[in-house]
Amino acid sequence: MSKYLLNKFLFTVDRDPELVERYREDPRGTVEWWEAEYANRLLSCHGGEASTWLRFEDAEREALAGHDYPRLFELGAHPFLTLTLFIAMFERDHEPMGFQTDYARRLAHMTMPYPDIAT
Amino acid sequence: MAELVAVIASTHHPFYYRASTATGEDRPPFADEWVRKVEAFRETLTKARPDVLVMVGSDHFHQLWLDNMPQFLVGKAPFYDANWHNEEREFGLPRMFFTGQEDLSAYILREGLDAGFDLAFSNELRIDHSITCPIITLRPQNDLPIVPIYTNIFAPPLPRPQRFVQLGRTIRELVESWPADKRVAVIGTGHLSLELGGPRQFGPHGPDPEFDRKAVEWISSGDIEGCLSEVTLDSLHLPGNATHGFMDFMLMMGVAGEGAKADYVDTYDLFHTMEAYFTWYPDGGVA
Repeated sequence: MSKYLLNKFLFTVDRDPELVERYREDPRGTVEWWEAEYANRLLSCHGGEASTWLRFEDAEREALAGHDYPRLFELGAHPFLTLTLFIAMFERDHEPMGFQTDYARRLAHMTMPYPDIAT
Repeated sequence: MAELVAVIASTHHPFYYRASTATGEDRPPFADEWVRKVEAFRETLTKARPDVLVMVGSDHFHQLWLDNMPQFLVGKAPFYDANWHNEEREFGLPRMFFTGQEDLSAYILREGLDAGFDLAFSNELRIDHSITCPIITLRPQNDLPIVPIYTNIFAPPLPRPQRFVQLGRTIRELVESWPADKRVAVIGTGHLSLELGGPRQFGPHGPDPEFDRKAVEWISSGDIEGCLSEVTLDSLHLPGNATHGFMDFMLMMGVAGEGAKADYVDTYDLFHTMEAYFTWYPDGGVA
């Protein structure tokens, strides 16, 4: 499990408007590029001080590549990060609040206790 | 010594700014009543005539991140920029700019460390909507220096509810012992029941109205003991997956004190979450 890395993807893409659009248009390509080029960046440090060990598990990579936010919830990605990024990508395609209520419906099968989000 | 002139606990609804400034067809039907309630709430701070605001909130994964996550952090800077790109994008919040009360930040850090809280600090902190929302609602002229204090209600492992109450008590002691001739208000924001990114989000009201009813009763009556007897890190999952933000209300109950009845209480049942506004005047009235 690399919930931290899932969250790092959501966090770094969300705050970069170009990456938000790139992930919306080409999810699989963006995830592959990000894992190869970005996953190991230590965020406040230069490239020579990158980490060496971070990678997605297959299920995590697939969930991100499929824009599969219910699966991200099941995998324990931080729900606030997932929601914020997916609103940024897809709210525009719906009536006001339509994406958010649809999002809830697609998670309706989840019951308490929810998956653990501790990293 | 400084005087604690008001203690204020509030929800921090990021939609208020857009709702209250919208006109014509864009103005939601709940906006007028919301504005009326917020303006009445604002008057409770105005009447206290504060010189300085201590602002308690929680960073929403903006500057504080999982590679370096503090539990409690005090801003110590002469100035603070505020609001983040994704808050402009999603909520329409404006960029803001604050002056810091840096000597009070330094005092809280030094004395807080000595009182048993290993407080983190930041000399360059960009503030998010947990602190800008109450400025927009309570002090829109944004003319007072602030001390921002961030708590971790977001990224487990979290401090337990008791710890939030204890920090609130300590903040009060430190404000009241600060050797400055200033009138200080402490303003903290959190949530009642709330779900974000889960199946109960954005419903017709908050995800757990029964929790909200009890929470308002605990806060307005200052029933810290009763609240602590029912609220745990585990129990807070049940009313909604973002309800750990309620611990910032518990911190503010610690500032107000055990058994301290709020002098002002108001709520507003919006879709998605309940708004809640509380003001205490520590000396029983406004001087």
